[in-house]
Amino acid sequence: MVQYTQTRFDASFAALSDATRRGVLEQLGRVDASITDLAEKFRMTLTGMKKHVGVLERAGLVTTEKVGRVRTCKLGPRRLEEEAAWIERYRQLWDARFDALDTVVEELKQKEKVVGRNKRE
Amino acid sequence: MKNLTTIERKSEREIVVTRTFNGPARIVFEAWTKPELFRQWWVPKSVGMSLLSCEMDVRVGGRYRLEFAHGDSQMAFFGTYKEVTPHSRLVWTNDESDGGAVSTVTFEERGGKTLLVYHELYPSKEALDANAGMENAMAETFAQLDELLVILGASVGRS
Repeated sequence: MVQYTQTRFDASFAALSDATRRGVLEQLGRVDASITDLAEKFRMTLTGMKKHVGVLERAGLVTTEKVGRVRTCKLGPRRLEEEAAWIERYRQLWDARFDALDTVVEELKQKEKVVGRNKRE
Repeated sequence: MKNLTTIERKSEREIVVTRTFNGPARIVFEAWTKPELFRQWWVPKSVGMSLLSCEMDVRVGGRYRLEFAHGDSQMAFFGTYKEVTPHSRLVWTNDESDGGAVSTVTFEERGGKTLLVYHELYPSKEALDANAGMENAMAETFAQLDELLVILGASVGRS
């Protein structure tokens, strides 16, 4: 999960490293569009635009849906992605806390054993 | 072997953390209610914060106050204990912000081990989103990404 989040984050940066892809995101921020619309807008071939959209899609920044013969693109499920990252951070905090609590519990157990032995002697 | 920490977003306003500890409930409860023990684990090193002070008056109506330093800034977390049932249950409020949760922790002993369930109930979904995590810290990487998108968006707009 940690690795997943990191990979996703790297993918986002890679996706954003290209001017056309940043333009596509900005465009989709205004209105959903088909790959054909985007190809025309950015004066590219359909194949070229499909590749860019594919990179954005893998990074979770864009989702596409095919209705009939038209593939419509829209901004990705960012809310879900943020939530997954948020939950993972929260889990890491508690996991680290509880690892430290494990140590405290272990020390207290050892102490009790020693006290118990001393009492019996 | 290390026990698993699980997290569940139970509802829009609730989050639940569970973990089993290899010791009796009496000991885990003690580690949660004695300040000199509590301060040994509540702020793990990886968080990058240090605990400056820790006062806990663990009884119904008693108050607690934790003061932290994070870089140059300091912050305090405080509230009141609502329920104190030795070795099995603690409930307290988090009063440092308006949307603070009510926290409940239960300790259930099974064969010398303790199942700990920590539960936070927020007044609203928005309060949970805004407050939980490292006491108010949201997913930093995504905040940075959002910021980057804004910057990139601005530069795309200009070109």
